[in-house]
Amino acid sequence: MIRKLALAGLMAAGLGFSAQAQTFTPAVIFDMGGKFDKSFNEAAYNGAERFKKEFGGTYAEFEVTNEAQRTQAMQRLARGAGATPPASIVICIGFAFGSTLEQVAKEFPRTKFVIVDSVVDAPNVSSVVFREHEGSFLVGMAAAMASKTAKVGFVGGMDIPLIRKFHKGYEEGAQHVNKSVQVFMNMTGTTPAAWNDPTKGGELARSQFERGADVIYAAAGATGLGVLQAAKDSGKLSIGVDSNQNHLHPGSVLTSMVKRVDVAVYNAMKSAKDGSWKAGVQSLGLKEDGVGYALDANNEKLITADMKAKLDAAKADIIAGKIKVTDVTAK
Amino acid sequence: MEDAFLMIVTMASATLRVATPLVLAALAGLFAERSGIVDIGLEGKMLGAAFAAAATAAVTGSAWLGLLAAIAASTVLSMIHGFASITHNGNQVVSGMALNIMVAGLCPVLAQAWFRQSGQTPMLGQQARFGPIELPFAAAVAKVPVIGPLYAQVISGHNILVYIAAIAVPLVGFIVYRTSFGLRLRAVGENPEAVDTAGVSVSRLRYQALILAGILCGVAGAYLSTAHNAGFIRDMTAGKGYLALAALIFGKWKPVPTLLACLLFAFADAVQIRLQGVPVPGIGVIPVQLIQALPYILTVFLLAGFVGKSIAPRASGIPYLKER
Repeated sequence: MIRKLALAGLMAAGLGFSAQAQTFTPAVIFDMGGKFDKSFNEAAYNGAERFKKEFGGTYAEFEVTNEAQRTQAMQRLARGAGATPPASIVICIGFAFGSTLEQVAKEFPRTKFVIVDSVVDAPNVSSVVFREHEGSFLVGMAAAMASKTAKVGFVGGMDIPLIRKFHKGYEEGAQHVNKSVQVFMNMTGTTPAAWNDPTKGGELARSQFERGADVIYAAAGATGLGVLQAAKDSGKLSIGVDSNQNHLHPGSVLTSMVKRVDVAVYNAMKSAKDGSWKAGVQSLGLKEDGVGYALDANNEKLITADMKAKLDAAKADIIAGKIKVTDVTAK
Repeated sequence: MEDAFLMIVTMASATLRVATPLVLAALAGLFAERSGIVDIGLEGKMLGAAFAAAATAAVTGSAWLGLLAAIAASTVLSMIHGFASITHNGNQVVSGMALNIMVAGLCPVLAQAWFRQSGQTPMLGQQARFGPIELPFAAAVAKVPVIGPLYAQVISGHNILVYIAAIAVPLVGFIVYRTSFGLRLRAVGENPEAVDTAGVSVSRLRYQALILAGILCGVAGAYLSTAHNAGFIRDMTAGKGYLALAALIFGKWKPVPTLLACLLFAFADAVQIRLQGVPVPGIGVIPVQLIQALPYILTVFLLAGFVGKSIAPRASGIPYLKER
């Protein structure tokens, strides 16, 4: 009797499994900042949640906490394990997945992969990159216009070309407003731990405030939370990144350089579901609304009408190609 | 000249902020190790306390309740260490390491279960944190040259836990060197047989030392999550427990030298942050990687040359077995 029950149970489980395997199951792998970094990874999470809300079903997810897990997570999601069926599409959030994905994409030629912030050249990989320098240019302008000391700061996460790209755009934007503006720059570290060290971020921000900066742009994942907090504690201004972070400290966050990772994730899932998914490289900038600056009820008092007019004019000029922003990662 | 002075003032202030958790944790280690218990679990206790403080402060909105919870959590962890290594004569290093690993895993899991924010606690508002305290006359003397800025910016304007750490140093010194409890504590770390022969319980003394260590680690953890930062984040201690242990060895298990070692580490960190991207006269901009390695280079340099011989309490690390 017991044996029969067990057998029936097994069969039911087996049926359930095969039924599930046919449904569409996307998967997302978050990077080390963590799903709720209120920034880059959280944007991806919001995109996935939006897809889930609109189309129902679920998505598989994984948050890596160390380097070794990158390959494991990708393989496990692509292959499926236990109750999780093989994923139809695996979305990797972050440049750091690049080298791993080059190998794993070959191992699973029938699985669709998406990588954000890096380019992987394979027939089953779609790479989404953003022109962050364009959005950073705009917030650099905003910083220079809001600064009373003509000194502004930048706190980066891990010292990689991608973050240098944010910095260069920011610096050019600030100097576009005022030639003599001084831009301080600090990087938190040279390992992925630099994405999740708000203590260090806060100390870096304080050191820049002490040198006279009064607006600091944080492009550092969860480390940026420490920068925003330090700005709030010192009564200065900060600029958020990736997600709209204006609501974190209303009145202290000048604006946020939003990078629509949520749209990228949502579109990838949607196109994979309706069959329009294509491999290749997508570059999203101001023109595609892939990047921009955030304006909402939390910062409307900080961004004056005059500032807004100048920012919108510059935005149009960048789209039209009249202003060229340097992309340090361009070859 | 003015700039250089301002830089010194801000660096001194940053040094105090960074040194506070190191000082508290190192003093906790001092109690434990002076009683003969190696306390490699400082890191785990601090992390557990940081989590308890942030979680409690997030739920109740009170930084003080958070501090109490931190002390309680850290003391419980300390007692687990004691139970394994005093009552059951376990290996103290293994027990301490186990504590570190357990806490590093447990805190994010609990945070995830309670707050559903992927192993973090919610960000704390101003009232749930320890805010800066203006000391009396700070504004009044700020204009006085040299002494004014030193008092107003370096000494005044920190949160209460920084001042608690400052008071803890002479207090610990007093307890260890001027009380009968301190005398017994030092004796039990050097020669437990003698203490036992005198009719004083070795394990009781060692448990008491671990309770004190737990309390101090609790304050250190609460500082990290509710004063210096605004919430708990996975692995937020980032090796500060081990650094505190190193400072304790530098300081030869004595309160004031240990304080100086902690300040030195913190100063190296403050310098490191401020040297990044700043041209040094005559040298130019130093590469970031070299600057970030500075605290570690300094550590090796000092360990090799300056500290001299550092002798641990003789019975440290050895479980006490009564011979019959």
